[in-house]
Order: sequence, then structure tokens, then C-alpha cells
Amino acid sequence: MRVFKHFKEFKMDVLKEVGNIGAGNAATALSRLLNKPIDMAVPKVQILRFEEVSDKVGGSEQVVVAIFLRVEGDAPGNLFFILSPKSAKSLLRRLAGIKVANDESFNDMEISALNEIGNILSGSYLSALADLTKLTMSPTVPSLAIDMAGAILSYGLLQYGEMGDDALLIDTTFLEGNHEVEGQFFLIPDPESFAIIFESLGVPFEND
Amino acid sequence: MIEQNVVKVAMADLNVIKQFGLIRTSGLGSCIGLTMYDPILHLAGMAHVMLPSSEIARDGEINVAKYADTALPALLERLQKMGSSKSNIVAKMAGGSQMFAFGGQNDTMRIGPRNTESCRTKLQELGIPLIGEDTGGNYGRTIELDCSTGILYIRSVQMGAKEL
Repeated sequence: MRVFKHFKEFKMDVLKEVGNIGAGNAATALSRLLNKPIDMAVPKVQILRFEEVSDKVGGSEQVVVAIFLRVEGDAPGNLFFILSPKSAKSLLRRLAGIKVANDESFNDMEISALNEIGNILSGSYLSALADLTKLTMSPTVPSLAIDMAGAILSYGLLQYGEMGDDALLIDTTFLEGNHEVEGQFFLIPDPESFAIIFESLGVPFEND
Repeated sequence: MIEQNVVKVAMADLNVIKQFGLIRTSGLGSCIGLTMYDPILHLAGMAHVMLPSSEIARDGEINVAKYADTALPALLERLQKMGSSKSNIVAKMAGGSQMFAFGGQNDTMRIGPRNTESCRTKLQELGIPLIGEDTGGNYGRTIELDCSTGILYIRSVQMGAKEL
């Protein structure tokens, strides 16, 4: 994606802010769910080789819990909410009303709850983004997978596959006070969406 | 312990290995890990194919390893350049799963089955027999081809280990 290589720092900052606002809203939602403060790291906006994208969560073979949804509307893209299995278990334990087994596997109840949490969080992420940009962004029904990071994240890269060998990723990490729940949001806008996002925010978009 | 020679193949990449060691690619979802093996020369090649056809490519210079229709001929050529004769080469493949199920979905989400189909067709065109296949499902795979034996080892989180 040669186009992105030339994004000026200012534009990267704009995208950071996009991640900040989306994930900030999601973190607030999570904080309400858990009734605990949630910290958030400064978003990272990076152009990565396909292979490097899964390195962000521990390598392509690392098992992760991922909630994936496709963003449709004016500025399509892919949104992932990613947790380690350990974090996912801690998150479930903190929510009232669910008995959580100690083993590695997830039962139907736990998966359903995670799906719902993912739904709420990604919904808040997107609605903050839509408010900010005044663009229509509607999420598909989220889908959950517990599997190798490489296998999961490759779905977010398909749109880039047609153009080049790297993708632009807006990555925001948040954690609960004592680090027991740590999650990541990856927003990977489709290549065509950048011009639309920038324009909606009043940033002139040229390919320079 | 004898240190084994392991060659890694990244997403949208291809590589070859000769005589000893393993060639591997990890985290295959909808992508296909396609291997070609020459049992006479103990020559193994692997491609991590991401998309079914280069027709959709929008950049001028394409990465041939990324598309099924270009990666397979490129891999074959690499093996032939290393002295392999086409009639000895056999293929195996794994991956092409559908990780996420969305109702009434567009083609992008069906990319796994499309990749699988495209690889099969291309192998037929090239006249290379497909002697082992582990495709489909809704889980990720890591694969490793042993260059000295031609055995393809497949690991997945949900389904455990398997060999072809």
C-alpha cells in the first residue's frame, strides 16, 4: 500500500485520534460493565506487513479470543476486539451471574457472554466514530473465534491483499487496573475508506 | 539435540528447501498452505496463498506468491530451476477454512472455499497430482512439511495434530 507510506505525520495523528475516541468510548462501556476503572494506552497507528499484524498479539500461532465484525456503510472496514484466553476468563469472572470453569476451554454460556461483551464494546467503538465523523457506520453481527491469531486476523487483511502487502492498523490497548483484563481493539479501515474518513473530519486528502 | 533447519514462509510468500529440515507456515485461516514435493531430490516448496485470483490485483507489480493462479506456477518454476522434473512433483494443501460465519454473506467471507477451489483448478492445469488435502472447517492451521520424508504435519487448536 504505497499510498499509506506517504501519509504525513499529521494524518497519522488524525487516525490516532479516531482510535482514541472509538476505544475511549468502548473502555467507558467496559468500565460500566465491570464497575471498575479501565486504563487505555495511547493508540498506535502503523502500516504493517501482513505478517507483522499478528505479531502485535504474540505471533500468528498465538491463540486469541477474537470478536470480529465488518463495518459497513460510508467508510467500510474491519474491527477486531482481541483478548488472550486468560484475560477473557478474568473478564467473565468479573461479570456477575456467570459461573466460569477454570479450565482452558470455553463453554457455550461463556462464549455467548463474550459475544455479547464484544458486541457492546465494538458497538460503542463504532458509534463514537460515527458521531465524530458524521458517517454511517453499521456493524455486522459480530462473530467470535478462539483460534490462532494469524488465521483470524488474515480476515482483516483481505481488502488490502488486492493492493499490496501491508495494511494500516489502528491499535488501542486497554487494561483493567491490575492488568488482569487486557484487550486490544484493531480497526483496519478498507483502503478506500481513508479519503472518506479524512474528508469527513475536514482534513484535505491528497496522495502525498 | 540436532538443530533442525526450519524455513518459515510468511503470509503471501513462497519458499523452497532442499534435502533436510522443515518448511512451515503458521496461522492459516482462509489462506492456503500449498506444498509441492519432489521425493527423488527431497526438494520441498511451500506457498502461503492469500487470494484466489490475481485478476483482482490493483497494483502494477503484483506479488505472485499472494494469488493461487500465480503462486502455483511460480513455485513449480522454482522447483524446476533447482533440477526437479515436473513428473516427480506431488502436491498437498491445507487451510481454506471459513473462520467466521455471517449469515447471507458476500464473497469476501467465503474466501477460504474459493481459495481451495482455485488451488485445485490450478494444480489440474499444471498437471500436478494433489495427493493430500486438509481444507475447510472453521479453524486455523499451522503446517510443516518434512523435506526428507514429504510428510505434511498439520496442527490446529481445535482439532489437534494430523499428518498427511
